[in-house]
Amino acid sequence: MSWLLAIVQTLLFMALSPLLAGWLKWCKCHLQNRRAPSLLQPYRDLLKLTRKQPVVAEHASWIFTRAPYIIFSATVLAASVVPLIAVDLPTAASADVIVMVAFFGAARFFLALAGLDIGTAFGGMGSSREMTISSLAEPAMLMAIFTLTMTASTTNLSFAIEHVLNEGLVLRPSFVFALFALILVTIAETGRIPVDNPATHLELTMIHEAMILEYSGRHLALIEWASQVKLMLYGVLIANIFFPWGIAQSFSGAALGYGLLAIVGKLAVLALILALSETLFAKMRLFRVQEYLSFAYLLGLLGMLSHIILEAAR
Amino acid sequence: MMILAYGAVLLSFTSSLLALLTQQRGMLIRFSGHCLTRFPGWQPYETALRKALSEHRYPILLKRAVFGLLGLSGVFAVLAGLAALMSQQVVTDQIPLGLPWLPWHVRMDALSGFFFLIIGIAVGAVSLYGPAYVAEYQENQHPFAVLGWFTGLFVAGMQLVLLADDAFFFMIAWELMSVASYFLVAFQHENAANRRAAFLYLLMAEVGALAIILSFGVLASFTDGFTFDALRLSSLTPTWASIAFVLALLGFGMKAGLVPVHVWLPEAHPVAPSHISALMSGVMLKVAVYGLIRFCFDLLQTVQWQWGVVLVVLGTTSALGGILYAMMQPNLKRLLAYSSVENIGIIFMILGLTMIFMANDHPQLAALGLLAALFHAFNHALFKNLLFLGAGILQHQVHDLNIDAMGGLIKRMPRTSFLFLVGCMSISSLPLFNGFVSEWLAFQTALQVNVLDNGVLRSLIPVAAAALALTAALAAACFVKVFGMIFLGLPRSRHSEKAQEVSDPSMLYGPTLLAGLCFLFGIFPNLIIQVLNPVTHLVLGSTLPNAEGLSWLWLVPVSANKVSYSPPLVLIGVLIAGGISFYYLRRNPDTKSMRRAAAWDCGFGGLTPRMQYTCTAFAMPFRRIFAKVWLIDERISKDTQGVQSLDVTALHYQLQVEDHSWPRLYQPIAQGIHQLAKQVGRIQTGNIRIYLGYSFVTLILMLWVIS
Repeated sequence: MSWLLAIVQTLLFMALSPLLAGWLKWCKCHLQNRRAPSLLQPYRDLLKLTRKQPVVAEHASWIFTRAPYIIFSATVLAASVVPLIAVDLPTAASADVIVMVAFFGAARFFLALAGLDIGTAFGGMGSSREMTISSLAEPAMLMAIFTLTMTASTTNLSFAIEHVLNEGLVLRPSFVFALFALILVTIAETGRIPVDNPATHLELTMIHEAMILEYSGRHLALIEWASQVKLMLYGVLIANIFFPWGIAQSFSGAALGYGLLAIVGKLAVLALILALSETLFAKMRLFRVQEYLSFAYLLGLLGMLSHIILEAAR
Repeated sequence: MMILAYGAVLLSFTSSLLALLTQQRGMLIRFSGHCLTRFPGWQPYETALRKALSEHRYPILLKRAVFGLLGLSGVFAVLAGLAALMSQQVVTDQIPLGLPWLPWHVRMDALSGFFFLIIGIAVGAVSLYGPAYVAEYQENQHPFAVLGWFTGLFVAGMQLVLLADDAFFFMIAWELMSVASYFLVAFQHENAANRRAAFLYLLMAEVGALAIILSFGVLASFTDGFTFDALRLSSLTPTWASIAFVLALLGFGMKAGLVPVHVWLPEAHPVAPSHISALMSGVMLKVAVYGLIRFCFDLLQTVQWQWGVVLVVLGTTSALGGILYAMMQPNLKRLLAYSSVENIGIIFMILGLTMIFMANDHPQLAALGLLAALFHAFNHALFKNLLFLGAGILQHQVHDLNIDAMGGLIKRMPRTSFLFLVGCMSISSLPLFNGFVSEWLAFQTALQVNVLDNGVLRSLIPVAAAALALTAALAAACFVKVFGMIFLGLPRSRHSEKAQEVSDPSMLYGPTLLAGLCFLFGIFPNLIIQVLNPVTHLVLGSTLPNAEGLSWLWLVPVSANKVSYSPPLVLIGVLIAGGISFYYLRRNPDTKSMRRAAAWDCGFGGLTPRMQYTCTAFAMPFRRIFAKVWLIDERISKDTQGVQSLDVTALHYQLQVEDHSWPRLYQPIAQGIHQLAKQVGRIQTGNIRIYLGYSFVTLILMLWVIS
């Protein structure tokens, strides 16, 4: 039963992530006085891409053509670990939160290699920048998450969220720091403004888009879908770690339905906030990103230190 | 068990002796002729013997025999190690060699057994790889006799260090290892740079050995005798124990390549033959780690938490410094050497955590830490060996080690590139590979910090964990660069355009073995963790908190409701997700095949290799962000022509990245010694009367002292 639920939950993750991307776009368009595409547009785009024959550059090696599958499956595995509508998942035991971060590392490793594979200047530029940003973002993210795992004294996400639920509403300074650190990291890791602009193809500013420039057809569909899942996953992390209320603790139908409603509501609010910030802020220069990320890192560290000094003091 | 270990040592000695026969073909022919006349029964073998001794066949056969014996020594070492780990017994012995009243004491326990395992696997892989690699050396310029002789001695030296059970024997074996490897580093001595690197290596190895002797001396002065059993009984005051620890740390750290005494590593590793650098980086550094573990946890008995803090700080510095310096190196083997500094830093950091937990009476968590450190040492031996052997293949086929001169080799060398990719993924600690498991265990150790009472420690260790996270992320970036620049893209030079896969498949057997082990222990880490439990029991007197929870499927180091990781399940999940997407998306026969076309590249077209990012360009953002870490000398000059020099005809870019430790640490020391020598030189006037005066004064003084 619980295995089945874990699989269903992963499928739900996959199915809902384009909707989140559509909703984000919808909010952004309305905030910027533009006409919004339908909420279902991302699904249509993905379907269209899967039907097309992929065009591959002549110098491409097997890394280029296999990377989308690796990236996609690593992202799916990462999604399977994160509690979406219910805690106490068996999959959460097979891979804890450090493994989840490492899955993203693996996906990024292959994405960066694929960017270098064709031998264009854009690909190299994208890979170099992506690896730079992620190597600063990953420790910041781990810092933020370690604050949680040290509070709950487990790195298993399911147990950690349960721990937060059982503690009830306690205002912890460490969690506030960690929340802000995780939000900053989320923006950097999912390639949103002000770190990267997902809508741009302006050669000097792009990061993620520069790496996937040569992809087409089903390969592009897989990568796009994976990045939508990644965006949703970070959203779920923020929503369920810091505001876990509503998540199902038992496997009854009512609790699960309530959990689904709760997470959809929470994600919708988070996406709205993200759309708002993307409308209000401009993209940063590349070499300001390090200051931004070191700030996130510092916040994560402060969160951990305040946990150790203030909360776990004896 | 002991017989297996002796067998391993003797076989490597035999292989070194056999290598000496390279020049002796004439003598062997005469000898065989002599034998044939003596023993008529040998006549049937005459033709075979003639053939083997023919001018063409003889060197090849001999090389195979030498490396075969070395490989056999590796097999024996693996068996001895496994026997020691499985039986969990401590076997001691005495060899009546050396001085008459000082026989060599020998001991084999689980700790040395584990390191025997590391040596055995690495030596086995190297001996599969060696014959094809050394075939390119010209006999008159780089005689095989020298290479084979010192390789055998080097391996035997490392094995003897692990067996030693008294300080004298330990130092003899240690020096055998150091000096033999010095000759191997100096093997291609026609370049001045190689001689300089070898001299630097010898100098630092000897200073390190001096520090180790002194640390043994401190221990020995509190007890009688130099056997380890006697040293264990010495009861030191905390101050003297700390002095011994610092000396041992200096000595073993110098060998292991801890920052700031790491400078010999990036000089010596690139100039040694690749299979030797693989052994030095993969195994010899581990022998230094063994020395430190043996000294601190076994001989000193009680550890102090302050030592742990020192190790954590030094280890973190080495890890971060090593990977940042590695990032900037255009020479592949130099880069790998710096990456060894990083990995040794990680190992020392975890050992520091172990000491802290041990000193604070949490032996089970200390066991977790020691296990993580040893597992990382094992993993590093596997993947670093693999990468160095890969670098050797590249040097062999591309005739260059400059990453910026390679590119596009994945199509020309598919098998090598795949093996190298496994090494890169493993060292970048991606899940499903062994590098990740040990790093995961290290994080788990660091996250148990809540049990400590000391507030300073509880804040320090998370910072170290954060630095470990940064190191891992930087390592991933570094090895994306390495693999991407070498194997992907378009070839950047004529050599790499013409490069081909190795013609002799035997060269790939060793790397294949190592890559297979990297994957195997990434999926089933419990195979190693189970054999490591006796080691932690022996060294710390305690095993994992959750020792029963080990099964082939789950890795549960602390307790089931805290942390768990199941690589086989993850592998199954990846296969299912990847398989479904792969087959589902290719179900339509019309779009199943891919169309090949010119790269789009935003419509610019006309792709040339010069447009690609180079390794220098890839690392540029890091160079700007962490600018303070290096001494960077970056120069751009323009060639101009025409009116007012407005036409730029060419741009020249020069980049020099230097290590801080040279001007900060070594040059002051060198200058200091120089100054001192000048002062001492003052008494050397060259005048015979003055010297006679010195003798006279000395004589008077001596007489006065005696009376």
